[in-house]
Amino acid sequence: MLAQPLPLDGGGALAGVEIAYETYGTLAADRSNVVLVCHALTGDQYVASAHPVTGKSGWWDRMVGPGKPIDTARFHVICPNVIGSCMGSTGPASDGADGAPHAMRFPVITIRDMVRAHVALLDALGIDRLHAVVGGSMGGMQALSLAANWPERAARVLAIATTARHSAQNIAFHEVGRQAIMADPNWAGGNYYGGAAPDAGLAVARMAAHITYLSEDGLTDKFGRSLQDRDAKSFGFDADFQVESYLRYQGSGFTKRFDANSYLYITRAMDYFDLAEEHGGRLAEAFAGATARFCVVSFDSDWLYPTSESRHLVHALNAAGAPVSFVELSAPFGHDSFLLDVPALDRVVAGFLG
Amino acid sequence: MSLRPDLAVIARQIAPDTRVLDVGCGDGALLTTLRDTKGVDARGMEIDAALVAECVARGLSVVQGDAERDLADYPDAGFDYAVLGQTLQTAMRPDLLLDELLRVGRTAFVSFPNFAHWRTRAALMFGGRMPVTRALPVSWFETGNIHHVTIADFEALADTMSITIRRRWFFADAKGLGGLHSVLGANWRAEFALFELSRGP
Repeated sequence: MLAQPLPLDGGGALAGVEIAYETYGTLAADRSNVVLVCHALTGDQYVASAHPVTGKSGWWDRMVGPGKPIDTARFHVICPNVIGSCMGSTGPASDGADGAPHAMRFPVITIRDMVRAHVALLDALGIDRLHAVVGGSMGGMQALSLAANWPERAARVLAIATTARHSAQNIAFHEVGRQAIMADPNWAGGNYYGGAAPDAGLAVARMAAHITYLSEDGLTDKFGRSLQDRDAKSFGFDADFQVESYLRYQGSGFTKRFDANSYLYITRAMDYFDLAEEHGGRLAEAFAGATARFCVVSFDSDWLYPTSESRHLVHALNAAGAPVSFVELSAPFGHDSFLLDVPALDRVVAGFLG
Repeated sequence: MSLRPDLAVIARQIAPDTRVLDVGCGDGALLTTLRDTKGVDARGMEIDAALVAECVARGLSVVQGDAERDLADYPDAGFDYAVLGQTLQTAMRPDLLLDELLRVGRTAFVSFPNFAHWRTRAALMFGGRMPVTRALPVSWFETGNIHHVTIADFEALADTMSITIRRRWFFADAKGLGGLHSVLGANWRAEFALFELSRGP
């Protein structure tokens, strides 16, 4: 629980903010070995430990751990749940001052608000300067926001498969998801806590988003036009195709671990993200006071946050005179590549953290 | 770490505590040397992702990119030196690349294999085939060297483009050729050449 109310970009402040976080590895006596890992839209603090609801291993288990690229034998890794989420940090499902869930009374937050909460957490833990801040996708946005707004707080910034601004296409996909949730009668204006949740709407939101996390080639390789548990088309609307069955499974699985209102709030925060707009319209200005080394990584099959967005970011960092490395890695998995088996990413991450 | 002869000369010539951009920096050998021995703010550009990853692992700041497209992203005179080692002959438009080098760097170092070396001339004259030599070991159909250039050609281009040649170094048998002051002689004897360039006098 933060001692002070958290000021918000939208005006006002949020009192009684709780931040749930996990740590891995031992904190050095001089507190110089801290790596902050920021999670993505539907991620959580369980970066390298089992998820309490699904029991699945940590979402970046392959990257974080003893002897792994983010080596917890050397680094003290902190992974906080973002505010607005639903895994322990304050969000729309948390109780407000009146004891009832905030629901849609929860203020609209931004990526910078999430990072302001992270900084408040670091303050509470007595950590002045991070060895590195690392994130993929929305986690990368947080890493960039930290570098732009609290430039003295991190020595290294590793931004993977991310962007400095949400594009019209990014916003459009998110809006489809939000409308699916709000069209579910169970959503009930957001006041579904204690009753039936808008699982159908949330599942559709997840299905649409999931497509954007994969590549066309990846889908074709994995499913093609293969049929699901049948030899012929049913001439009905069952999940005839394997890809349909897969998406339905992804959607329904997601509803077991995620809150629909959190999905609305966090996608909104991502849509509002535009680092240049925060800094007078010029992205280079956002990094004018940067003291960190930067490493930007994109994937050639990622069409959600394509390499062109990373290049735009690298251009701005160069213009600001910041030390920056950039690499576009080849991987077949689309945007999700940052979470999957891409050995070249492991080498870059380990090398950059030093 | 032992540097390629042209890079070793460049490393000696570059002043301490300056800003250097190595275009086509490979595994970052020159940049590492400059950073570690001269306190240089060393940056690189490299087209090969695996080599960029090696550079990042060395703690270098290297951007994956194609010099002929992505140098345009760099501001004017952002660097004291721009280095182009053994890459000029692979460019689509070497002249435009030289322009860009001298825009982003106040001084440029450019090295390339000399196509007029006697071994190359002999191979072409007596063999009648595109030369495959120690300095140019790849067959014509798979070489990345799409614009073969001689020392005399380069000097003529520099003159046309009003580029000042401040110094020149010539190499054969992986060693410097001392006492070679005539370009004509160098054009026969040098396997590689290195030039220090600037705009204006």
